[in-house]
Amino acid sequence: MFKKTILSALVVLGFGTSASASGGGEIHDVAFSFEGVFGIYEEAELQRGLQVYTEVCAACHGLNLVAYRNLGDAGGVGLPEDQVKAYAAQFEVFDAELDDFRPAIPSDKFGDSQYDGAPDLSLMAKARKGFEGPYGLVVNPLFRGVGGPEYIAAFLSGYSGEEKEQAGTILYENTAFPGGWTSMPPPLFDELVEFEPAADNDVHALAEDVASFLMWTAEPKLVDRKKAGLVAVIFLTFLAAMLYLTNKKIWAKAKRKD
Amino acid sequence: MGGIPHDNYEPKSNAEKWLDKRLPIVGLIHNVIMIPTPKNLNWMWIWGIVLAFTLVLQIITGIILAMHYTPHVSMAFQSVEHIMRDVNYGWLIRYTHMNGATLFFIAVYLHIFRGLYYGSYKAPREVTWIIGMLIYLAMMATGFLGYVLPWGQMSFWGATVITGLFGAVPGVGESLQAWLLGGPAVDNATLNRFFSLHYLLPFVIVALVALHIWAFHTTGNSNPTGVEVRRGSKKEAEKDTLPFWPYFVIKDLYALVVVLIVFAAVIGFMPNFFGEPDNYIMADPLKTPPHIVPEWYYLPFYAILRAFTADVMVVQFTSFITGGIVDAKFFGVVAMFGSIFVMALVPWLDTSKVRSGRFRPAFRFFFWLLAFDFMFLMWLGSRPAEEPYASMALYASFYWFGYFLVILPLLGLFEKPQTPPETIEEDFDSHYPPKSAE
Repeated sequence: MFKKTILSALVVLGFGTSASASGGGEIHDVAFSFEGVFGIYEEAELQRGLQVYTEVCAACHGLNLVAYRNLGDAGGVGLPEDQVKAYAAQFEVFDAELDDFRPAIPSDKFGDSQYDGAPDLSLMAKARKGFEGPYGLVVNPLFRGVGGPEYIAAFLSGYSGEEKEQAGTILYENTAFPGGWTSMPPPLFDELVEFEPAADNDVHALAEDVASFLMWTAEPKLVDRKKAGLVAVIFLTFLAAMLYLTNKKIWAKAKRKD
Repeated sequence: MGGIPHDNYEPKSNAEKWLDKRLPIVGLIHNVIMIPTPKNLNWMWIWGIVLAFTLVLQIITGIILAMHYTPHVSMAFQSVEHIMRDVNYGWLIRYTHMNGATLFFIAVYLHIFRGLYYGSYKAPREVTWIIGMLIYLAMMATGFLGYVLPWGQMSFWGATVITGLFGAVPGVGESLQAWLLGGPAVDNATLNRFFSLHYLLPFVIVALVALHIWAFHTTGNSNPTGVEVRRGSKKEAEKDTLPFWPYFVIKDLYALVVVLIVFAAVIGFMPNFFGEPDNYIMADPLKTPPHIVPEWYYLPFYAILRAFTADVMVVQFTSFITGGIVDAKFFGVVAMFGSIFVMALVPWLDTSKVRSGRFRPAFRFFFWLLAFDFMFLMWLGSRPAEEPYASMALYASFYWFGYFLVILPLLGLFEKPQTPPETIEEDFDSHYPPKSAE
């Protein structure tokens, strides 16, 4: 009963107030595999996300903080070494020493955005907020996370199809984008990317896959961090118990409890 | 130590005697570790240890971060990401340092409010209190300087707004601001000097902390009853106190580890909870973020800064009598620093003869209202500068000043406090009765 009251209070306070009056800001919670204390990245999902990024996003957006070799890191995309090399070799990079272009090698970075107006995506999942409210209190982020990947997923699948022209630019209506209108044309369509092995590829599935991938690019050490956090909490709890008993024993005589 | 009679260090072996004649450092350490401590200290007296630990933690993690960080506008942001991605356990060190600042401020606010509740600031501990306030100011400066270093959007715009405060000083403001920034705007020179000062100030804090500890080791600790330790004889003093080692060392360590469980969980599971997403976007002088918000620990004072706008009567009045020299912007700056200044003056503003809030029912009401006011201002600081928040912030700011400048001086004259126990022993025994009495 008590739990139910708390839950319904939370719904009233926060979960129901994600849409703001000025348009945009409609972001829905997604149960990503990397959330929670035991959360980890799903290799298959990140690999699908990499494919979506490579075939769609990379046309405009860069990942200048991520190197091709990172695709082979454990706990992340987890590509085998030969696939990392093969993936890198598809691209050409400018080598200042050669003063010419050459095929990329794993130590090269993904590089800057191809299109000037497109922001770099390396940290995008940590640079956006999903859940702010209610009333600026921190209840929402506390229970649902800051919601960067949710924002990305909601943004990529939030196009209504409406467009308008403003000062020579075409703006597209988007239910997640703050203000409701964005200059980025809808990038994803159902079945735009074919996966091998086959997986869901409607707009929502594609958006979530690439959101997961971008969470990994933003926070590649997430799995290590959660493991370390868990070990630290368990160890410190044990240490606290020992110190509690020590403290009790030391004070027993002074408190006449021995 | 503390004028409280206790056993002094006696060098025994010849080697100890030899050293003691030349440098009595063992005796000094002995006196610090064995200081007689009121035995009725409660769990609010653990924050000092948490703070000392956090200071050391911040210095160690900070020194390591400085080994990998590059203070240059075109490289700072990337070098932080280099730490997060390529330095072994760099993410751990950086997240610890980042959240260490939050732990530092949570602990210092609890430490300060404990002092305010139990009247720890009253004679003869005024100097301890003043040094504490200086430490707090140095912490605020260090935190602000450090927040600029990752060179994200909030770093840059936060620095622009905060250094702009100095620009509000009448007459010399603009030159002062340019002098602080090393140029007309926040740029490479700013980043370099902020890095240099961010490295320097923690060591100033270490020195101030040493004075803080020296001061309260001279007067002895305060305690929840506000009654002083009896100093007539060693025997009498021992009825009121227990040596710091092992009683309080182990108690404080236990409390520290409990705090660290939460700290580890925050770093492990939600390291960006207290941060601003905008700071993961590299600083762009051409793009102002929609809401510039300082770190959470500055929010109460940020709210006071913004509360005094040009349409507030006191501001208009001040502007009028100073012939427009003190405008709304400068008034806000004065109010913000003033809100900390009045807190520093509290030893002389509180007129009550009774030290501890435990025996002052009327005081308690106003104290808790102040604690609520502080949290309320913190929330208001995070809200946009518009109605109804602006008026709320004004009322909340008035209460902050009213508490220190009006309520505390008058309360001591009019309230009827309860009678504190005669001795600390009496208080302790009421919780832990002697066996013979059972």
